[in-house]
Amino acid sequence: MTVWNVILLASLAVLVLKLVGYLVPPSFMERPAPARVANLLTVALLSALVVTQTLERSQEIVLDARVPAVLVAAVLLALRAPFIVVVLSAALVAAGLRLLGWMS
Amino acid sequence: MASSDTSAAVRASLAVGLAVAAYGVSFGALAVASGLDVWQTCVLSLFMFSGGSQFALIGVLASGGIAAAPAAITSAALLGVRNALYSMRMAAIIGGPWWRRLLAAQWTIDESTAVSTAQPTLRGQRVGFWVTGAVIYVGWNLTTFIGAILGDLVGDVRMYGLDAAAAAAFLGLVWPRLRSRQPIAVAAGAAVVAAVLIPWLPPGVPVLAAAVVALVVGMTNWLGSRAATAGGGPS
Repeated sequence: MTVWNVILLASLAVLVLKLVGYLVPPSFMERPAPARVANLLTVALLSALVVTQTLERSQEIVLDARVPAVLVAAVLLALRAPFIVVVLSAALVAAGLRLLGWMS
Repeated sequence: MASSDTSAAVRASLAVGLAVAAYGVSFGALAVASGLDVWQTCVLSLFMFSGGSQFALIGVLASGGIAAAPAAITSAALLGVRNALYSMRMAAIIGGPWWRRLLAAQWTIDESTAVSTAQPTLRGQRVGFWVTGAVIYVGWNLTTFIGAILGDLVGDVRMYGLDAAAAAAFLGLVWPRLRSRQPIAVAAGAAVVAAVLIPWLPPGVPVLAAAVVALVVGMTNWLGSRAATAGGGPS
């Protein structure tokens, strides 16, 4: 499988999901349980991605400059900083710690 | 006055649309850092056009490479499931011939649904949907391209802290959804499941395993209130 295949297959899957609601009667997803699962699914996957992107390196848990960077991001989010500021600050913290040689 | 409904909807659309379009820069830069080229990055924003799914795809590819393709596609699709929920809400609002719904489908995302459903009149809801969708579609694709070019100039991903930026991006995406006990519990449970499984499963698969937490809590409605069924929704 090439990267292009991955991009096109995944894009098709996401588009089909967007079409679902316009094609099928709304009765299924308007029931509380499927609607709740759909919303919680988003939370679970994003949260798991935070963890793997922060801790994983070559299938091992590695504590490096990403950890303080994400903690700074959390503080900024709590202070209602804009998304772009949060992302840039995390990059700066990690890059700075590595430049100083304090963390890998 | 119909015109005041319309102008209120347009104002809301522009405010949300312009803010969100700026996310595209981070996506473009991080996508290139994860190994995609500039064109692949731009095609993702044009065709997939759903921030969470796009970030998930490049995140899993960044850690697992092409071997993680099935996990990457599945993560992106699972994060797209909520769009089906939104399109069911929007189907009643959009109306009109089938081709208009087809066009609307691609623009049915968190923000267009949120702006639309917040408007008091049907006319405002339609204007809110189309203007937000258009502003974000154009802005997101333009800023993706700019970000991809910038990312291309940046050579070393770790030296510039782009790996940490990716983690922060996911935190920024999940943060607005953590407003009640149930999603907070799911986020915590999913985080633990993913962390525990990292050494045991191939890259990307721990993320998919964490989805089970949402399934269990969602089906049993553990920690849920009656209001929680309507909660979550677009941020």
